[in-house]
Amino acid sequence: MIPAAFDYARPATLDEALALLAKHGEDAKVLAGGHSLIPAMKLRLSQPKVVVDIGRIDELRSISKRDGKIAVGALTTHYEIESSDLLRLACPLLPEVAGKIGDVQVRNKGTIGGSCVHADPAGDWPAAMLALDAEFVVAGPHGSRTVAAKDFFVDMLTSAIKPDEILRLIYVPVTTKTTAYVKFAQKASGFAIAGVATVVDRARKDVAIALTGVATKAYRAADVESSLRGSDLSAAAIATATQKAANGVDPLSDIHASAEFRAHLARVLAKRALELANSRG
Amino acid sequence: MSTAIEEPRKAEARPEGSQGYFGRAMKRVEDPRLLKGIATYVDDLKLPSMLHAEFLRSPHAHAKIQSINTDRAKKLRGVVSVFTGADVNGKLGTVPCATPLPGGKSPDHKPLADGRTYFVGHPVAVVVAESRAIARDALDLIEVDYDPLPAVIDPEKALEKDSPLTHPELGTNVAFTWSLPGGDVESAFKEADKVLKVRMIHPRLTPMALEPRGCVASWHAGDSALTLWTSTQIPHLVRTLLPGLIRIPENKLRVVAPEVGGGFGSKLNLYAEEVVISHLAIHLNRPIKWIEGRRENAAATIHGRDQIGDHEIAVRNDGTVLAIRCKAIADVGSYRQLLTPAIPTLTGIMLCGCYKLKAAQMEVTGVHTNKMSTDAYRGAGRPEAAYIIERVMDLVANELGLDPVQVRLRNMPEPTEFPFQTATGLQYDSGNYQAAFDKARQLADWPKLLEERDAARKAGRLFGIGLSTYVEICALGPSKTMAAGGWEWGCVRMEISGKVTVITGATPHGQGQETSFAQIAADRLGLPIEDIVVLRGDTASAHFGRDTYGSRATALGGTAIVMSIDKIIEKAKTLAAALLKSTPEKIEFKDGKFFVSGEGKNALGWSQLASEAYVAKNLPPGFEPGLEASSFFEPPNCTFPFGTHVVAVEVDRDTGQVKILKYIAVDDCGKQVNPLLVEGQVQGGIAQSIGAALMEKTVYDENGQLLTGEFMDYAIPRATDIPDYVLGSTETPSPSNPLGVKGVGEAGTIGATPAIANAVIDALSPFGVRHLDLPFTPERVWRAIQGKGGAL
Repeated sequence: MIPAAFDYARPATLDEALALLAKHGEDAKVLAGGHSLIPAMKLRLSQPKVVVDIGRIDELRSISKRDGKIAVGALTTHYEIESSDLLRLACPLLPEVAGKIGDVQVRNKGTIGGSCVHADPAGDWPAAMLALDAEFVVAGPHGSRTVAAKDFFVDMLTSAIKPDEILRLIYVPVTTKTTAYVKFAQKASGFAIAGVATVVDRARKDVAIALTGVATKAYRAADVESSLRGSDLSAAAIATATQKAANGVDPLSDIHASAEFRAHLARVLAKRALELANSRG
Repeated sequence: MSTAIEEPRKAEARPEGSQGYFGRAMKRVEDPRLLKGIATYVDDLKLPSMLHAEFLRSPHAHAKIQSINTDRAKKLRGVVSVFTGADVNGKLGTVPCATPLPGGKSPDHKPLADGRTYFVGHPVAVVVAESRAIARDALDLIEVDYDPLPAVIDPEKALEKDSPLTHPELGTNVAFTWSLPGGDVESAFKEADKVLKVRMIHPRLTPMALEPRGCVASWHAGDSALTLWTSTQIPHLVRTLLPGLIRIPENKLRVVAPEVGGGFGSKLNLYAEEVVISHLAIHLNRPIKWIEGRRENAAATIHGRDQIGDHEIAVRNDGTVLAIRCKAIADVGSYRQLLTPAIPTLTGIMLCGCYKLKAAQMEVTGVHTNKMSTDAYRGAGRPEAAYIIERVMDLVANELGLDPVQVRLRNMPEPTEFPFQTATGLQYDSGNYQAAFDKARQLADWPKLLEERDAARKAGRLFGIGLSTYVEICALGPSKTMAAGGWEWGCVRMEISGKVTVITGATPHGQGQETSFAQIAADRLGLPIEDIVVLRGDTASAHFGRDTYGSRATALGGTAIVMSIDKIIEKAKTLAAALLKSTPEKIEFKDGKFFVSGEGKNALGWSQLASEAYVAKNLPPGFEPGLEASSFFEPPNCTFPFGTHVVAVEVDRDTGQVKILKYIAVDDCGKQVNPLLVEGQVQGGIAQSIGAALMEKTVYDENGQLLTGEFMDYAIPRATDIPDYVLGSTETPSPSNPLGVKGVGEAGTIGATPAIANAVIDALSPFGVRHLDLPFTPERVWRAIQGKGGAL
């Protein structure tokens, strides 16, 4: 459990960090909270030549309201989100997700940006990001670009971030209270075998629902959403619609859950998430 | 068992000679150093000019090593040398098995792989370097050309004619066979109204001690002597076994088990790494440290359980269980470790559980597979036995439409029938199974629990209640039944100042004997507990010992201390008689004072007598100076603790998740020296058992890759998985030792798993589920509800 030798840089600003990435290219890895990178390095599955520690770039760590949206800096820790009064009122889905990640030690160090960029298929954040239609502001050598959540999670362990880019912040909308995150955790790791995030808009009779853990990447359950669009969100309507929660995906299968069980949990948890969100109105 | 707890060695006014430590709930004297982080584990040792070792391990379950090239690794700056099997095996003995059984074949266990590798994690080479990081870097520079071979993974398929062979040179995968006739099985089956059949699988488990293994070996060239610090349960057995393997005399080896961060049986072994590191420290004439990583620990430290049993049970329609006949396969893994073959034999002899079976027969086939060896893991064969017989009791009740409580009561021996002779040839020393059984149901409020279940079921909830009784065999055990000595040793030294040093050979590794043995000694000597120090874990001070496993330390080690104290008291009486101008027969000893009968005023205390005994100016003629005695206790029999556990669970019908709602345990471990330590052992044991029941299983894929090699994939219970326990006890003293104690280290792991299993299966009974194998993971339970098989 000893990493291979590497060089370490701790830039003070985002520009310095980007310059280091530009210089070292694929040899460099960005270190945020370290909860994915460091275990991979200890197992020597990842052997970067240069580790660029962005942990001291304070501009990346913030939660604020801007232009009617909420901006969450990429370095904001799970715990900071879990305990944010602003988010509790304006976007309660985020603190709910944060509180279900790992344990206190993990939440104190792990960051929302690091988790999203890592794009673990069982990570908790991607479900919430998709359900909220979050926007990712990415800084690169030629300035910033914005990536929609639906384009951000590309594949297993692959996000839209390029090796010379750094995630700067995430925009999420202000929501009502009718949101929920329901998770069925893998017993050993605490990662999601299935996790369902949902945003219910009762005024527009519309729902957004996204699932993580089930497939190679998090996804929006489009068939569930279309079934419920314009419906009364009754228990019967939810029960019928959520039967489609795993439609069109190829569920993962491993020693912790077969594909069949994952698909089943997707349906059960989708139902529970919608019922829970609906009950919060 | 809510007990008032006393601080250790508190300066509360406790006059010299105060009695009554035995039986008191006292906090451990060990705790402050452990909680403050100032205790010394192996990895805390730093010796001058110490080197560090890392092992290269096989990534294949079975492979031929075509070539190994260590040149690049040897050239890395800071690497002292690299050794392979070809370099060291010829100079070393083979890793020992103390309990071989006939009927099959097993290979010589060379310390490093010898041309072939037999499991993932098999040590192939070792790098010795100036730092651990350099040693680790060098591993990546060793080039091994492996030719992968078919791996034997499934022990049942391993017995098929066309199976590949774990060790091709042996011509068979059968490691041993063992059978226990266990009475007249044939006639018992003839008497039966019904014969039930059931297959039960005990999954492979990984012990996962918090501290992985590790050792430091240091060669003292001037004395031609070696010191080995190792994270082990058995420093004395290591000292017995290791010298022959590394070719030094026993009296040139000192073994120290410093603080040990958990063993659970996984450190009841002599491992290849300890042999290699000891040898290389001599060869290189420099101290060497090796610390096992977590993934190495999961792959290359022994696993537990892994039995498959086909059982037939002969019953009468009234619920009398007449006999059981078991055919079991034990997955040995690649090699026999120290006690590997003995583990399923413990299952066999304990098959009767708390019941009066007329006959209990077991046939075991030990099978080699290309996996890590199995050996003793907390309970060691006994959890399997308790699980089998307690599942059988519920199956019988279910089959005959009887109450599981009544079926158990019908088959229990009465308290008057003890010592009780079992069909398997054991003599249970003492017992009152009904008392513990009744008390547990009282604490559980059994009638109310049944009502709760009825109400829950009416409401459509999956609610289950499970019971298990258990009896276990502890204080192993008379020497004639053991591979190398079942005695225990203890020494008591009255220091010149009147302080007392107690030295035990029953090396604790977390059980708290520094506290409980001090309690025993303080009472017996009539001294304040603050005056007692207990030494353990170093063969240089604890001259003899058989160490701690099988819940033996207090019954055997505690008794050896009592015997030594009694010798000192006798000697002190002679000295007191001379000083008081009387005769030894007239000297009384009470509350730490020696006095002439009826003349209590002129009493002598320990400090006066100790001073006289060592200053030695006023000794009577022929009186040998000093006050020190040591003793070997050879027990007449093992001890047989028992108890009853009651569990209520609820199953989520949509997800298969099991929630433990209530947990009640009544354990009878005989007399309790320190109820707080007893409770700690029971709590920890149940927690490990909850792991085994609900989440733990070691998984290899069909190629022999270990899929549960770290905590990301091998689940162990966390604090939030543990319910509030209701704990109680009954007290049936053991006649096998003067303290009346029995042992409690494994009780929780033996009693709890079957109780949880019975509760879960009861919860699933509305779906017609009769039996389900461990562990009750959500998917397995969900599949049972769906009427589907499968799931890992």
